[in-house]
Amino acid sequence: MAKSCKPIGVQPMTDGTSIEIRDLYKIFGTNPKSFVEAVRSGVTKEELGSQHGHILGLNNINISMPAGKIHVIMGLSGSGKSTLIRHINRLIEPTSGSIMINGRDVLSMPEAELREFRRSGTAMVFQKFALLPHRTVIDNVMFGLEVRAIEKAKARDIAMRWIERVGLKGFENRYPSELSGGMQQRVGLARALSNDPAILLMDEAYSALDPLIRTDMQTMLLELQQELKKTIVFITHDLDEALRLGDQIVILRDGSVIQKGSSQDILLRPADDYIERFVKDVNRGRFIIIDAVMEPGSSAADGLPHLQSGTTLDVAVKELAAASAEAATITDAAGKPVGAVTLRQIMAAL
Amino acid sequence: MTFPQLNSDLLLGMKRWIDGSLKMFTREFGQSIEAFFYPLSRALIFFENVLSAAPWLLVILAFAIVAWLASRKWTLVAGVIVTMVAIGLVGLWADTMKTISLVLTATIFSIAAGIPLGIVMNRYNRVGAVMKSVLDVMQTMPPFVYLIPVVMLLGIGRVPGFIAVVIYAIPPIIRLTDLGIRLVDKEVLEAADAFGCSRSQKLWKVQMPLAIPTVMAGINQTIMMALGMVVIASMIGVQGLGLNVLQAIANQYFTQGILNGFAIVGIAIVFDRISQAYGQKLQAHRGATHD
Repeated sequence: MAKSCKPIGVQPMTDGTSIEIRDLYKIFGTNPKSFVEAVRSGVTKEELGSQHGHILGLNNINISMPAGKIHVIMGLSGSGKSTLIRHINRLIEPTSGSIMINGRDVLSMPEAELREFRRSGTAMVFQKFALLPHRTVIDNVMFGLEVRAIEKAKARDIAMRWIERVGLKGFENRYPSELSGGMQQRVGLARALSNDPAILLMDEAYSALDPLIRTDMQTMLLELQQELKKTIVFITHDLDEALRLGDQIVILRDGSVIQKGSSQDILLRPADDYIERFVKDVNRGRFIIIDAVMEPGSSAADGLPHLQSGTTLDVAVKELAAASAEAATITDAAGKPVGAVTLRQIMAAL
Repeated sequence: MTFPQLNSDLLLGMKRWIDGSLKMFTREFGQSIEAFFYPLSRALIFFENVLSAAPWLLVILAFAIVAWLASRKWTLVAGVIVTMVAIGLVGLWADTMKTISLVLTATIFSIAAGIPLGIVMNRYNRVGAVMKSVLDVMQTMPPFVYLIPVVMLLGIGRVPGFIAVVIYAIPPIIRLTDLGIRLVDKEVLEAADAFGCSRSQKLWKVQMPLAIPTVMAGINQTIMMALGMVVIASMIGVQGLGLNVLQAIANQYFTQGILNGFAIVGIAIVFDRISQAYGQKLQAHRGATHD
């Protein structure tokens, strides 16, 4: 169903839209440009603040975001994550640096081109939903299409499809104030997706939701992503959410990147004490996959249960317990052995 | 010790020079200025004639329908009818129609000019700062003072009355339009930017619709200010309820004063309730959102 929502934009973006952030600095203050050199040569956030009255928002950010993946940027408040995501569609101007999207530098786009890029290249979902309270659900979902001057009947069709897709059929004529938070954010998501953007920017999109609803929304996003393969940039302060959603996770602190990697990298090889403290409270069994702890090898020992590659440790432990086994053979999707693991190895990783 | 004021000859000379220049200006341009305002004068007379000549039953019916459309409440419709019948019964129908025609034309003009001015004030910070001081002057300057040059240029009658009422009544709608636009949620504005709205799309699709409740409060204020001005306007030849009040003051006719005063209060309440009910209806879906 969603497949039929193909780009209608002036410049259809291919599915392979990657984002390259290079040497990005953002300094807030009266004369930010003059401090870029100082920050480059090692002036810290504290020094810049106390001695020069400027705030270091982002410090030498370099991130490659390959197309079609979910890129989570995680950090606590004040880490610069919301500032960073706003650079991608240039809601915030950087002090220095470049952001290349499909070979185009967002930061050098003239106003008209930037507007066109925002209309059909990206869409954003907001923490507090940012719906238009005077419009019904369907009119909210149609907003982006309306801004692009897409013919009304067509826009309505597209909007209805997305409303159904996010599970709000029957609510299209309600107003946002009549909906719960989770439903409002579904409207926000439908509004963003109806533009069929290659890049989806989600700024703490689920942070305002209850834990259970948040999990539902995460599941929905993962399901949609399997089909849509957008380049998603997802901001969160919640490590569980980051681990669950992120193909790649970037951890920010005080405006600097302190670790980039997959969920396995973050959990098993935290870059510093700060991340280690974060990781400590996470239920590791739910996120670490068996591949990360197994001994690679292609021989299958007799009588051992088989586990598929990609299984989480939680599930592996249960399977082993059910089979009363101490070890298991790991197989790939085709059933070919790729390694072996013992219960001891699993327990050590938990 | 007296205040070291400027030389009294100098002050006198200054006053004479300013007054003299104004007189010269009046003699020179009075005719053309009057000609410029002639269409306005015709429009005011036309509007007044329409209201005065219309059968009273039709006028009451029209007001009742407007009240119903704005509020969908029978109580308000009944209140409007009772008020207007009472005004007619005490013999003030004709004067009330004259007053309403002036107040309505002044209000419509104020809204038509005030909302765009409010948008301009919001859009350009520098212009806005200048406008703010001008509005301060307009709201605090005693009306009699700006009536002097108006009367010198245009004489007495409907047009100077109209101008005086507009000067007095337009500030709230300008200020509240500006305020309404400024109060629009920042995240919603950011969403508009993120979806690639142009400046005018942002204004008409997001800012203005969300500013409407505040703008409605401004319209309500403008109507009330315009009604408050009718007695002062009667001093420069505006007919209607205000003139009756003025006569009552001069001759100490207590009953005439109080009847006309209550007639003004009556239409003020009618206008107020109708415009507020309409404003509330517009806000129906803007209630607090769930968190």
